[in-house]
Amino acid sequence: MAIKTEAIGKEWPATTYEVGKEKIGEYARVVGLDNPVHFDREAATAAGYRDVVAPPMFCVVYSAPALGPAMFDDEVAMNFAAMVHGGQEFVWGEPACSGDEITTKAKCLQIYEKDGKGFYVFETVSTNQDGAEVVRGTWTNIVRGV
Amino acid sequence: MAELKAGDAIPELKVTPDKYLPHRYAGASGDFNPIHIDPEFAKAVGLPNTILHGLYMMGLTARAATEAAGGDPRALKRLSVQFRGMGAPETEIVVSGEVKSVEDGKATIDVVAAQGDNQTIRNAEAEVQA
Repeated sequence: MAIKTEAIGKEWPATTYEVGKEKIGEYARVVGLDNPVHFDREAATAAGYRDVVAPPMFCVVYSAPALGPAMFDDEVAMNFAAMVHGGQEFVWGEPACSGDEITTKAKCLQIYEKDGKGFYVFETVSTNQDGAEVVRGTWTNIVRGV
Repeated sequence: MAELKAGDAIPELKVTPDKYLPHRYAGASGDFNPIHIDPEFAKAVGLPNTILHGLYMMGLTARAATEAAGGDPRALKRLSVQFRGMGAPETEIVVSGEVKSVEDGKATIDVVAAQGDNQTIRNAEAEVQA
């Protein structure tokens, strides 16, 4: 079966996420981080941050909502039953701090077939309230037996 | 700031996620895919049991790279991973890595996360401020 590629280049509406101090702490505890800059406002500002700072990988929390509609789009037509998250890249810019309002846009970068598998590559770009880029993510999903 | 040189091994990070870790990670991240939290569902779709979130293991990889660079979250500039083997709760995860190169104050570290012989994250590359 030929893979559908019409969605390459398609963009989806931006989502906005307001970063909260307790949500940062919850994430940091789960991955075992104990640096006080993730929990304590004074420690964070003393270290030069505007407020309690998110661990870099907290980006999944604020950028994933933009990706949902892209992954479930009928034009993308990904077979979820046979899908695995194959690869992931993040490139970080300005740190994300409590109180930041982060806007994320998702785009389909590539859809291609290789060795009987479908590769679906999406990009998310997240910017803060000042327009500074916070993170750029490249999400690769692999579907077996396309 | 930590001093990193090409060829150096980074300190190993060893974590054994308890049975309920995937539930807490689901709550923290918002990813409630039942393959991570519901054993019956996981088995119904052909998995041996619930599996760890790949992005949780990537979170541990980010932590190991950040701690190798001295612990400031600003140090981590880029992280690229491939998810391969499935990760299981209640099994020790070891994140290890080696500094590949240091250029212009930035170190590139090759990182692997594994449970025994099962490499759950491989070909991972982290770029940190050295």
